[in-house]
Amino acid sequence: MKTLYTWCAILVIVFASVVGDVLLAHAMRQVGDVGALWRRSGLVAVIRRTLGNPNFLFGVMAMAVAFFSLLFALSWGDVSLVAPAAASLTFIGNAVAAKIFLHERVDRRRWIAAGLVAGGVALLAG
Amino acid sequence: MNFRKYLVLAGVTVFAAAGDSMLSHGMKQVGGVSVHHLQGVIFAVANPWIAIGILLLLAFFATYMTALSWADLTYVLPATSLGYVLLALVARFLLHEHVSPMRWLGIALITGGVGFIAGGPALTEHPAIEAGHVPAQDLSSGNSSQIDVLPKGASHAAHTHSGAEL
Repeated sequence: MKTLYTWCAILVIVFASVVGDVLLAHAMRQVGDVGALWRRSGLVAVIRRTLGNPNFLFGVMAMAVAFFSLLFALSWGDVSLVAPAAASLTFIGNAVAAKIFLHERVDRRRWIAAGLVAGGVALLAG
Repeated sequence: MNFRKYLVLAGVTVFAAAGDSMLSHGMKQVGGVSVHHLQGVIFAVANPWIAIGILLLLAFFATYMTALSWADLTYVLPATSLGYVLLALVARFLLHEHVSPMRWLGIALITGGVGFIAGGPALTEHPAIEAGHVPAQDLSSGNSSQIDVLPKGASHAAHTHSGAEL
């Protein structure tokens, strides 16, 4: 039963982090280069513009869901299962989602990298 | 990509690794959280390790957002996974723990993957939107350099020849 709970929590973590990452990346693309904005109009403008972006707020909510699911999963299952499973599945999910929703050019180079990193994370934390 | 931007990416790596390890250490102390006592998760925040972990993850979040403002998601994400490599190296060389061959292989894979990404462009530019055509430029840089090796007329001549045979 604990295994089922753990895997459900892992799937929730993966889904919520992919949604959160895509929303946050989209929000920051809308905000623009933070360093340049800081130099131009100051830190307050950066914070106000970031916090005022609805995509950012929804992204943070999704990340909060992912965070609390992680806490649950960590208390039910081993870190050595939860961390690598969630991280490597999130990687693959993000590469797909970034291509579809953010229109990033995920070329062969990035697919290979996503696969290598996902495999490496699974081995390392497993 | 300048020095300051690499510094931000290094911050993403270090804060993610340090924050995650603090959290997992803290959750070990707090123990299991039952579905029937969801408020247990809220009280977990009172544990100092978890509190420090959350602070570090906030720092991670700030650097992560900064990086996402000038780089692709698929470019920044591998930087977070370098944290696992960092943790394994700390375990081996500072804490003198045993690192198994499988873990060394994992380190090699992650490092290789990050190297792959770092060699490419940080941000997708969208020439298709601006120019409205150029499917040929969608090829990766490796492919287009291979095409340049051919003499200009060669592929064209071969094409017309096979066409004539049909």
